Amino acid sequence: MPFSLLKYGLNKDYPFELDADLPRPTDLKSSYDVVIIGGGGHGVATAYYLAKYHGITNVAVLEKGYLGGGNTARNTAVIRSNYLTPEGVRFYSQSVEMFKDLSNEFDFNIMYSERGQLTLAHTDATVRAFRQRAEVNKHFGGRTELIGPDEIRELVPTLNMNPAHLPVLAGLWHKDGATARHDAVAWGYAKGATQRGVELHQLTEVTDVVVDNGRVTAIKTNRGTVKCGCAIQAVAGHSSLMAAKAGFRMPITTYPLQAMVTQPVKPFLDPLVSSSALHCYVQQTSRGEIVFGGGSDPYPLYNTRSTLELKESLLAHAIEMFPFMADLRLMRQWAGITDMTSDYSPIMGLSPVENYYLDAGWGTWGFKSTPICGKTMAELVASGGKVPALIAPFSMDRFDAFRQVNEMGATAASH
Amino acid sequence: MKIMHCPLNGPRNISEFVHGGEVKAMPDPANCTDHDWADYVFYTDNKAGVVVEWWLHAPSSYWFIAERHTVTDDIIRTYDPSEVFKQRVEFSTESDVSTEAGQMKLKGVGA
Ligand SMILES: Cc1cc2nc3c(=O)[nH]c(=O)nc-3n(C[C@H](O)[C@H](O)[C@H](O)COP(=O)(O)OP(=O)(O)OC[C@H]3O[C@@H](n4cnc5c(N)ncnc54)[C@H](O)[C@@H]3O)c2cc1C
Repeated sequence: MPFSLLKYGLNKDYPFELDADLPRPTDLKSSYDVVIIGGGGHGVATAYYLAKYHGITNVAVLEKGYLGGGNTARNTAVIRSNYLTPEGVRFYSQSVEMFKDLSNEFDFNIMYSERGQLTLAHTDATVRAFRQRAEVNKHFGGRTELIGPDEIRELVPTLNMNPAHLPVLAGLWHKDGATARHDAVAWGYAKGATQRGVELHQLTEVTDVVVDNGRVTAIKTNRGTVKCGCAIQAVAGHSSLMAAKAGFRMPITTYPLQAMVTQPVKPFLDPLVSSSALHCYVQQTSRGEIVFGGGSDPYPLYNTRSTLELKESLLAHAIEMFPFMADLRLMRQWAGITDMTSDYSPIMGLSPVENYYLDAGWGTWGFKSTPICGKTMAELVASGGKVPALIAPFSMDRFDAFRQVNEMGATAASH
Repeated sequence: MKIMHCPLNGPRNISEFVHGGEVKAMPDPANCTDHDWADYVFYTDNKAGVVVEWWLHAPSSYWFIAERHTVTDDIIRTYDPSEVFKQRVEFSTESDVSTEAGQMKLKGVGA
């Protein structure tokens, strides 16, 4: 082991030189206009757009671990807008548009790569649902169409067209489907936000939310208490726990989601391929590794352990789709804890506490929405609580009005 | 494979069980407000710590109650619902909230 590495490892100081693009850590100020709880992609994107579009820079992002170390660093980076509901498609397609320009905007390569996403139908009912999704998508300007087995064979020659005795009848071909380097998205936003004066405080855990007369007045952390004009929670899997500190409950249950990656192989798979009947999606990274993901764990947990059961069931299906993969070795496995809503749509906007805003319920599908979440949450905060039309359907009180935005079929196994 | 102890069938693979959600008191469907009903159906405590939940042993269609820790993934105790529900809970749409027995049923607690 190089001596410098050993010295580095034994150093007591926080290794700030690793974040050469970020300012050195400072003490917390006694008060901020806006406190953002959670330094994942959503938190730093909100800070970035607050500074960039609204000139609001007296902002602190408080992160208990390190920048983007939550689900932002754990997701499989599927970016797409082929949802089912008009509310969903409208929202996600704006995010996809923003993604296309992020590398330019940051002057930093987020490795955005538009490969297209292919979802397989094995039953007539799925074919019918795909027709509807294709039409809704086209209506809102997306590039999505229903294709038959011949075109599927052409797009993915290595695919077994009769996996697990479930013949592939058709596919939903979404040309806008893409992937990007998830860490780079968090770094780009954090760099842009801090350059404009936002403070990012890592290793700063929010321990309580002080609510006085229905308004949040201060945020308590392990490094002291800060007063705030308003606060936003963007803590993904920890959403219910943070809401409890602010004194309310949410319609959320936290489940682990696992994923894994193989050793690198030669490029053979361009599109992202998924099948909800097989509870599985497969994609090849630009390094050649094959990423596998599937549905959530079967029961709620706040634990990122991996299980053999999930691996067995997921890989059995992946190997049905691409039999030659049976010879590959897994390199890494991991999990994140995800804040699931019952309708597979997010919870964004107002909360029961007047100046406390929610960006939650992102479950297994919130990486793709990072840019549009940041932009709309910033608008919400800057306007003092005027909910942007784009996110109005995702308000928490939709559940009280029984007005869910059902995206389950378009989300469960594709994220 | 993780093992869960079914109060009826003994130790079984966890894949034989289905998670059924938090044990909570049901408001009276006939008389409660929409908000109370939504709160019951959708909102959760979603605690990090010890939780009390309904679970189903699918092969035998047997519902029971489990206490487990959602951070350590330990199953602490499983037991038959009769430990909590001392009398049969009727799910009628008619209201009987006026009586004390009716109130007890709604709270899901026995004597
Ligand atoms: C395995 C996996 C695969 C996925 N695949 C996809 C995909 O392909 N496409 C897609 O769009 N989405 C996917 N997702 C979902 C996506 O990762 C998340 O929805 C998204 O990253 C949420 O971003 P965030 O910034 O809100 O949360 P996070 O990145 O989790 O950030 C929240 C932050 O809050 C911090 N925090 C929590 N509590 C506190 C506290 N008390 N004080 C201070 N900070 C706190 C955490 O440390 C964390 O860093 C996947 C998720 C997983 C786990």
